[in-house]
Amino acid sequence: MKASQYLLDSGLRVGNGVAADPVLVFAVKAAIVVLGLTLAAAFLTWAERKVAGRIQLRYGPNRVGPYGLFQPIADVLKLLFKENLAPATRDKLLFLVGPSLAVGTAILAFAVIPLSAVNHGIGAGYDLHWDISHLNIGLLFILAVTSLGAYSIFLGGWSANSKYSLLGGLRSTAQLISYEMAVSFSLIGVVILTGSLDLEKIVTQQNHAWFVVMQPLAFLLYFTGALAETNRAPFDLPEAEQELVAGYHTEYSSLRFGLYFLGEYVNVITVCAIATTLFLGGWLPIVPFLSFIPGVLWFIGKVAVLILVVMWIRWTLPRLRYDRLMSLGWKVLLPLGLLNIVITGAVVAFQAA
Amino acid sequence: MFKEIIKGMAITLRYGLSRPITVQWPEEQKPATPRHRGRHILHRYYNGLEKCIGCELCAAACPVGCIYVGPAENDPLNPVSPGERYAKRYEINLMRCIFCGYCASACPTEAITLGPQCDFANYRRERTVLTKQELLEAWPKFERSRGDMNQRGAGADQRSTGKSLNPGPSPRLAWEAQADETHEAPLPGHGGIPVNVPGVIDPSEESRA
Repeated sequence: MKASQYLLDSGLRVGNGVAADPVLVFAVKAAIVVLGLTLAAAFLTWAERKVAGRIQLRYGPNRVGPYGLFQPIADVLKLLFKENLAPATRDKLLFLVGPSLAVGTAILAFAVIPLSAVNHGIGAGYDLHWDISHLNIGLLFILAVTSLGAYSIFLGGWSANSKYSLLGGLRSTAQLISYEMAVSFSLIGVVILTGSLDLEKIVTQQNHAWFVVMQPLAFLLYFTGALAETNRAPFDLPEAEQELVAGYHTEYSSLRFGLYFLGEYVNVITVCAIATTLFLGGWLPIVPFLSFIPGVLWFIGKVAVLILVVMWIRWTLPRLRYDRLMSLGWKVLLPLGLLNIVITGAVVAFQAA
Repeated sequence: MFKEIIKGMAITLRYGLSRPITVQWPEEQKPATPRHRGRHILHRYYNGLEKCIGCELCAAACPVGCIYVGPAENDPLNPVSPGERYAKRYEINLMRCIFCGYCASACPTEAITLGPQCDFANYRRERTVLTKQELLEAWPKFERSRGDMNQRGAGADQRSTGKSLNPGPSPRLAWEAQADETHEAPLPGHGGIPVNVPGVIDPSEESRA
């Protein structure tokens, strides 16, 4: 079967048995997710600054609105009205593609993440999946799309035609190569346990125990790799402001810079959502008797806690040196990932035998 | 490596949960230190006469030349300051001032000191040049000048001359004594009170520029 045909089919399976208009459902779901992610990302900048402030014995933003909550709105307005500068020697097309990809890929990866359990047969046998598109190869899709995010950084860094941008872009590429492998390997352990790439199935199989209990090493590997993938401290080498001005987005200003900024925070949400889905039981409650709380809230809560941890790490750990980062990726994380696969595979094989 | 990371995370967590130490200016303000060198104050003697005798030593001592003194002769019958001259105009350009305090050191009568006020931000450039009206210390029974200026300020204890000029008997004491006798409020100008004390803000003139 052709891949395009497959994607189309699996997408339309949402309306299996039909009643509701799938296109409309798609549109509504997509609108909710895109708007929600964008808003959440905006307020994550506020949260980040609050966390940073408290860690440094400051208050963080507290002037605009109650507890400084309107700060993101002020920031967005500022970005909107700034002059859109661009270097004259830039590559005109790729200079635009970079920031768009940054947000696009981050949001795209969210399309297959289930926010809650399936609602079977609401309204004339229609199954409501709590993701935009229910793919049975969701995990593969996520791996493919999140890797595309590196293009946004590399293209942005290269097309600006400035040395700091180029260095940032190069660093990002090298970083991605050394981390994507470890991330993928860490996820394979989960796939071996569930025997499925379907994210909904992966979550429902965590009913008895979350995979973080069975795969603690994989969780740590994924989390480390995810930090590197989102280009956040201690792995923020592509934008290391002390060395490279601002790295790949040195030459970006105004709304294009805003897109990179937005992309970074959406990426953080996406990465934490993936970690929640694969290792922390997605929408499942911590203990069964708390299941009266809706799954979406559980999911959002877990993601929020993970995001807080990511911020906490960012404001604690210093940036890794470049060669240390590479050696950590290739000499520590990758072998550990392989080890995890071997052990998990052996245990599963023995149990089956 | 893990031990160090956890140690570091514990430290930031502890700090994150403790109280921030930021002073929320302008809602809460710490008092300035006694020798804080902020905005200048032009002082008066206890009887209301200005200490400044218009000698322009401050302007000469100023390394950036931000002080302008326009002296004038005192009217012997109705003096503004106890000396021969007084400062008819006294202007300080805060945009230039580096708050070194040399003016206070140079002053023979301790007329100018640097006070506690430190918020000079303004939307209008003209407002950053302070006039005598704004610099002069408030005096009882007269309109207060802008801000709390009744502080001694840095440089007040320089003892540059060793002795200060004698401003003479206090017209205010005489006025109050007279008020006690007659049991009625005297009009300004009676009892030797200088009416035309320059530097007293007339509310109608306050909105200059």
